[in-house]
Amino acid sequence: MAAMEASGPAVLVDGLHKSFRLPHERVHTLKERMLHPLHRATHENFRALSPLSFEVKEGEFFGIVGRNGSGKSTLLKCLAGIYRADGGQAWIRGRLSTFIELGVGFNMDLAARDNIVINGVMLGLSPREARRHVDEVIAFAGLEQFEDLKVKNYSSGMLVRLGFSVLIHVDADVLLIDEVLAVGDAQFQQKCHDQFTAIRRAGKTVLLVTHDMGAVERYCDRAMLLEQGEMTMLGDPHEVGMHYLQVNFERERHEPIAAPTEPQESARYGDRRAEIMRTWFEDAAGLPASSLAHGQPCALCAEVVFAEDVDDPIFGFNLHSNADHNVLAASSERLDAGEGSGTFRAGEHVTFRVRFDNLLAPGRYEVTPAVARGGAWIDRRERLASVVVTSTHSTDAVVDLPYDVSLERSQNSSEALA
Amino acid sequence: MTALGALVRGPTALGHDPARFARLTWTLAVTQFKLKFYGSALGYIWQLMRPLLLFGVLYVVFSVALNFGEGLEYFEVMLLLGVVLYTFVSEGLGSAVNSIVERENLVRKVEFPRMSIPAAAVLTAIFNLGLNLVVVVIFAIVSGVPLHPEMLLQAPLLLLVLIAFVLGLSLLVSALFVRYRDLKPMTDVFLQVLFYATPILYPLETLPENAREWFMLNPFAVVVQQMRHVAIDPSATSPFDLGAGPQLAVAGAIVVVVCVVGYRVFGRMAPRMAEEL
Repeated sequence: MAAMEASGPAVLVDGLHKSFRLPHERVHTLKERMLHPLHRATHENFRALSPLSFEVKEGEFFGIVGRNGSGKSTLLKCLAGIYRADGGQAWIRGRLSTFIELGVGFNMDLAARDNIVINGVMLGLSPREARRHVDEVIAFAGLEQFEDLKVKNYSSGMLVRLGFSVLIHVDADVLLIDEVLAVGDAQFQQKCHDQFTAIRRAGKTVLLVTHDMGAVERYCDRAMLLEQGEMTMLGDPHEVGMHYLQVNFERERHEPIAAPTEPQESARYGDRRAEIMRTWFEDAAGLPASSLAHGQPCALCAEVVFAEDVDDPIFGFNLHSNADHNVLAASSERLDAGEGSGTFRAGEHVTFRVRFDNLLAPGRYEVTPAVARGGAWIDRRERLASVVVTSTHSTDAVVDLPYDVSLERSQNSSEALA
Repeated sequence: MTALGALVRGPTALGHDPARFARLTWTLAVTQFKLKFYGSALGYIWQLMRPLLLFGVLYVVFSVALNFGEGLEYFEVMLLLGVVLYTFVSEGLGSAVNSIVERENLVRKVEFPRMSIPAAAVLTAIFNLGLNLVVVVIFAIVSGVPLHPEMLLQAPLLLLVLIAFVLGLSLLVSALFVRYRDLKPMTDVFLQVLFYATPILYPLETLPENAREWFMLNPFAVVVQQMRHVAIDPSATSPFDLGAGPQLAVAGAIVVVVCVVGYRVFGRMAPRMAEEL
């Protein structure tokens, strides 16, 4: 190892591509084959991965992101040697370890101890190496009291911990990891986070396939975006993450808005002298959207039709978070500044729009539009529409306000440290 | 290993590291065996009961009631030996057929030498055969069968031929089963036919003189019959005393062809097994 160049790529991929045959009708029995010897099963070639080339440097944490079916898992399986690529080549320097799924091959009738050994051997360790690891693995998973319990009696959380622990303890130079982060309770998540940081620090090369843009930004040095088997972006994880989110929105915009995002209107009040016809969200480009990116300008809109003449009505919105906080209360009162909104004639159509910068925490929100006058509802429709706010950050806070961080040490303590 | 590291070659039957193949096969087989051992309250007793029960039934029906083995010394020992050898074939092949499909989860998610799976199924059957043969030996000693020295050389050789035959068949059907799912019932039928086409519950000597040599086309029959001759009763007809040269050559060729074809077919299918499952 030492004789090798330290700066060379740990993973080199050159023109790797892969197609799958999708048979139109699957010949599943020899009998059918015998009865129709001339009948060649027709099939379609589905190109899962177009010729792809990239390098991952030694010690780099490399993210692979993309929608479902974009070919990222196929790429990982080709690199792992689970699929045979149709063409192109890939080189991997050092010991390789792959985690497509946690706890693959756990035998439910065996104790954790035996399973760890089998898993280790499966991943390429010798039985002796695998046995040496057992205690560490069990300690990391925090399962000391349960090591002789059959795995089938484990809770799902315990299984996940065991699987992740096995993953972490294989002594590999290059790790291929597919979507295994979002597991376990908070305490375990913290452990995993520490472990990932430790892996980074240990200078291991990691290729991580994930949907979690937060993880991409937190851990990755570089990231790659795959779309329909092609690499559309390679570079800074933050930019790739933003681009990925944007691509997703655009697609959603062109697809009809899925039914589940329309909430059931829970109640309607008012004398109906005016009616709220519909309400919707608009993104930065002013187009209707079912999801909004954090940090971008956006708008809340409602269309109102008047049935009678009304003087100085007030238009308003309440925006509720999933936890039922009222995170935004906006109304046209502010617009009027005491003068009133004017008189609206019967049959008049009005579009009421509230523009704001989206500083909401990621999550799902529901909006209640209302028209009122003199303290009485004209029309109020509870939770008429909903929207999902996406972000590369996640937060437990109600909103996600922009902030700067600074640390200033007092003179004394910095001297003491020096 | 170049400066670029190792070229990723995709999955194969044996992998690129023979030691890894051997370790994995061994570990898988030992696990399987352990599970059978500890799997139920009576554990290994059940493993042993299967051939013994079959033996018991066959013995009562054919030997006691129908007098099949009349005039043959040690017929019951021969019957038990035959049943134990047949149990090995049916267990090995029977568990190998769907072994790849049963381990689908592994095949699709981990890179490892694919041949380990059917090989481990056969190896587990070999472990059982070993233990069952101990029972046969005890039974033979109790029945007063004298030790025939040439057996010590021939018996292991015969067992090796049998294992090669079973392994070859297992590789062939386990690989093809991924694509052709009716191979399981076909294998079951084959095993049934194999049982009756082999002089296990009837002695070869009860067959008409001119029919005996044709049974020697069946490699399993040759192994069983020679085993009887060399290990239990030298007066039992040896396949090599039948004047059935051509038939024996065919039986030998069958074993070789099964091994070669099984290995080749498995090798061809191994790289794409993960996608076809």
